[in-house]
Amino acid sequence: MNAQKITRSLLREAGIGVALLLLSVVFIFFAPNFATFANLRNIFTQISINTVIAIGMTFVILLAGIDLSVGSVLALCAVVAGLIISNPSLPVGVAILLSILSSVAIGMVCGLFNGFVSERWKIASFVVTLGMLNIARGLALEVSHSRTIFMFPKAFTMAGDLTLLGIPFIFLIAVTLVVLAHFILSKTVFGRLIYAIGNNEEAVRLSGHNPMKYKIIAFVICGATVGIAAIMYMMRLQIASPILGVGFELSAIAAVVIGGTSMLGGKGSLIGTFLGACIIGVLNNGLLLIGLGDFARQIITGFIIILAVILDTYRYRLSKALST
Amino acid sequence: MNMIEFHSVTVQFTGVKALSQVDLNIEKGEVHVLVGENGAGKSTLIKLLSGVHTPTEGSILFDGHPFTPTTPRDAIKAGIRVVYQELNLLPYLSVAENIFFERLPQKHGLVDFKKLYADTEVHLQEVGLEVSPQTPVEHLSIAQMQLVEIAKALSSDSKLVVFDEPTASLTPREIDRLFVLIKNLRKKGVTIIYISHRLQEFIEIGDRITILRNGTKVGTWGIRDLTTDEIVKQMIGKDIGSGYPYRNDVVPGEVVLSVQNLAYMGGPATGVSFAVRRGEILGIGGLIGAGRTETMRALFGADPKRGGRVLLDGKEITIDSPLDAVNHGICLLTEDRKNQGLILDMSCAANTTITNLRRVSRFGILDKSAERKVSEQYVRELAIKTSSIDQLARNLSGGNQQKIVLAKWLFRSARIIILDGPTRGIDVGAKFEIYTLIGELAAAGKSVIIVSSEMPELLGICQRILVFSKGTLAGELHRSEFSQEAVLSLAYKAYLTVPRQTIGKDAPQ
Repeated sequence: MNAQKITRSLLREAGIGVALLLLSVVFIFFAPNFATFANLRNIFTQISINTVIAIGMTFVILLAGIDLSVGSVLALCAVVAGLIISNPSLPVGVAILLSILSSVAIGMVCGLFNGFVSERWKIASFVVTLGMLNIARGLALEVSHSRTIFMFPKAFTMAGDLTLLGIPFIFLIAVTLVVLAHFILSKTVFGRLIYAIGNNEEAVRLSGHNPMKYKIIAFVICGATVGIAAIMYMMRLQIASPILGVGFELSAIAAVVIGGTSMLGGKGSLIGTFLGACIIGVLNNGLLLIGLGDFARQIITGFIIILAVILDTYRYRLSKALST
Repeated sequence: MNMIEFHSVTVQFTGVKALSQVDLNIEKGEVHVLVGENGAGKSTLIKLLSGVHTPTEGSILFDGHPFTPTTPRDAIKAGIRVVYQELNLLPYLSVAENIFFERLPQKHGLVDFKKLYADTEVHLQEVGLEVSPQTPVEHLSIAQMQLVEIAKALSSDSKLVVFDEPTASLTPREIDRLFVLIKNLRKKGVTIIYISHRLQEFIEIGDRITILRNGTKVGTWGIRDLTTDEIVKQMIGKDIGSGYPYRNDVVPGEVVLSVQNLAYMGGPATGVSFAVRRGEILGIGGLIGAGRTETMRALFGADPKRGGRVLLDGKEITIDSPLDAVNHGICLLTEDRKNQGLILDMSCAANTTITNLRRVSRFGILDKSAERKVSEQYVRELAIKTSSIDQLARNLSGGNQQKIVLAKWLFRSARIIILDGPTRGIDVGAKFEIYTLIGELAAAGKSVIIVSSEMPELLGICQRILVFSKGTLAGELHRSEFSQEAVLSLAYKAYLTVPRQTIGKDAPQ
């Protein structure tokens, strides 16, 4: 380990961490009730789902792709899982297990479709996933007959309110997944190749690898995280509706981008993504407590995303200057 | 009368002195050759003239007046044009639009295309590039793009033209034409700075030569006052011997790889057939566009083939992708090292192990200490100059980047090593080290295939040379038959069967 490398990674993640800290300090002073345990728990719950989707999105964006379909796919996963879990003819345990498995499986199949189609026919993932955004939404409405599904087993909905040492269960799921995905990206051969392909796909191909395989897997991972997020959503809201998840893709992409991952691929980290999701969560929560309405919050969040990207270009230049 | 005077110019970057106390006079109307190893300060010096860098200390006089350009535009206005080695063209625009990009002719506020194309035609003829002005640049070969760069630089009246390694991708024929062009410019009184690694070349056109080493000026001489050996010695500061490190102790063994009628897409259907032996260094010569790179890429599976068979140890194998080739122990160092050989924003270590991650991991988890060991071993063995193995590949010099690419294939223990332009744009010292390495590989029983446009290097280190001409194999030369003339006459063979007028045209792509 040398000083250079440490400085570089400090600049990358610590910068976002400092921004999060500053933001929190501002709200501690200006937002009533911001600095309470109840509110902290609130924030944890609110950011969990976006965090999980953003994990998958990070894999895809590291490969210079994008997945616009996550919101719709989440709705599709949720309604199918909802139909299974609320089926009274199944024993409760079986129903819960089956619904979780099917949710994740559907997410993965949608991801496989996204990845395969965009790689096989060399279509920009932007376009393919835009198609999937419509397909999945339509399927969700079809499968559920455009009705909201509820009446979930108690054992399932209780998990949504479960806390461990005061920390919400679904936040623990999110953090566990962050740690797992961070490990995959930073310590495994697969992760190394994700970064390498994001940086220079042709060089990786000519080194004797099949980049297509890894790109498709990244979309499948993204789909799996959406499937998990769908279950978490159902635990929290205790319903499954075909109109869930509208605009979720934008929050997830925002978390990834604020977290310092380059849309051009190859640069970024999961810790950054997690901090990005935290910033969005804190911002939404704090602004609400200050008393700003939905519209004003949306405007401010928009500016923050742009600001984050501007700052990132400076950070990139700074770290580059330091490394030469 | 001096066109340019540098007065004790120093350029300091964070921690590094790129140029130190350089005094240099360039006379009006001369061809001044600038040489030095990579990192000697040539590029920095040029960037002072083109307005990219400014001196930390010292001053520059241009045409007798203090010269302090702050943007490339200032330099162009003053009459300085630079033909860079790296191409700066806009791929989707036409040749004409690229040449006149900064000053498109206008009529009623619209682009006057008629005039644009007519003017372009004139400049293209000047550099001898026979393509339509409307051709999008992306359809041109690298050599043709280089000619467009040159045409662009010459399209405006300049007082000083800087050529930065202009011949790196040109064929001997195109180089000849470029030299005629330079001589004409000189007659018109234009001052020329010419940077090159090719010693033979600038002796032909240069008037005076300045040698740089580690950011300082070694000296300026009349071009005929130094022998090539002396120039090399001054550049690197030590004597490396002028010869090539040919290993006559290595006797090629049995045939390892044999290729039958291998044809690349867009090439002749009959393709080429050849074989390479164990421990052999096989050269592939020919003009640019003769299908050498294309054939090697098809062999490696980098591009789809039109047809042909590949036999390894006498057994037919299928290669549909680089992955297949690598699994059979065949590797390719591509012509374009920066875009295809390296992942520039990743570390030396990561670039070295990418070909064989299985060997530095267990159950899919990277063993970073094993990776360090491997990487440090290659840095030592190949004498790679880098501050650490964590350094980004981007920050290494060309020669050291090439060594990293070599290291990654050595780590894969490839048996058949195809090198496409292995010493392109690399300084003399590093070139020699790479030749020595190639010799060692052959001695260790590897088969090496080298594609190169630098004939002396093929003649210097190969045991056998195959010469390509217009997509076919024109002939084969054994070491006893080696001569520049023999290679050249084979290289032109397929082009000579067509009517005489079209000989001057570019080789088909």
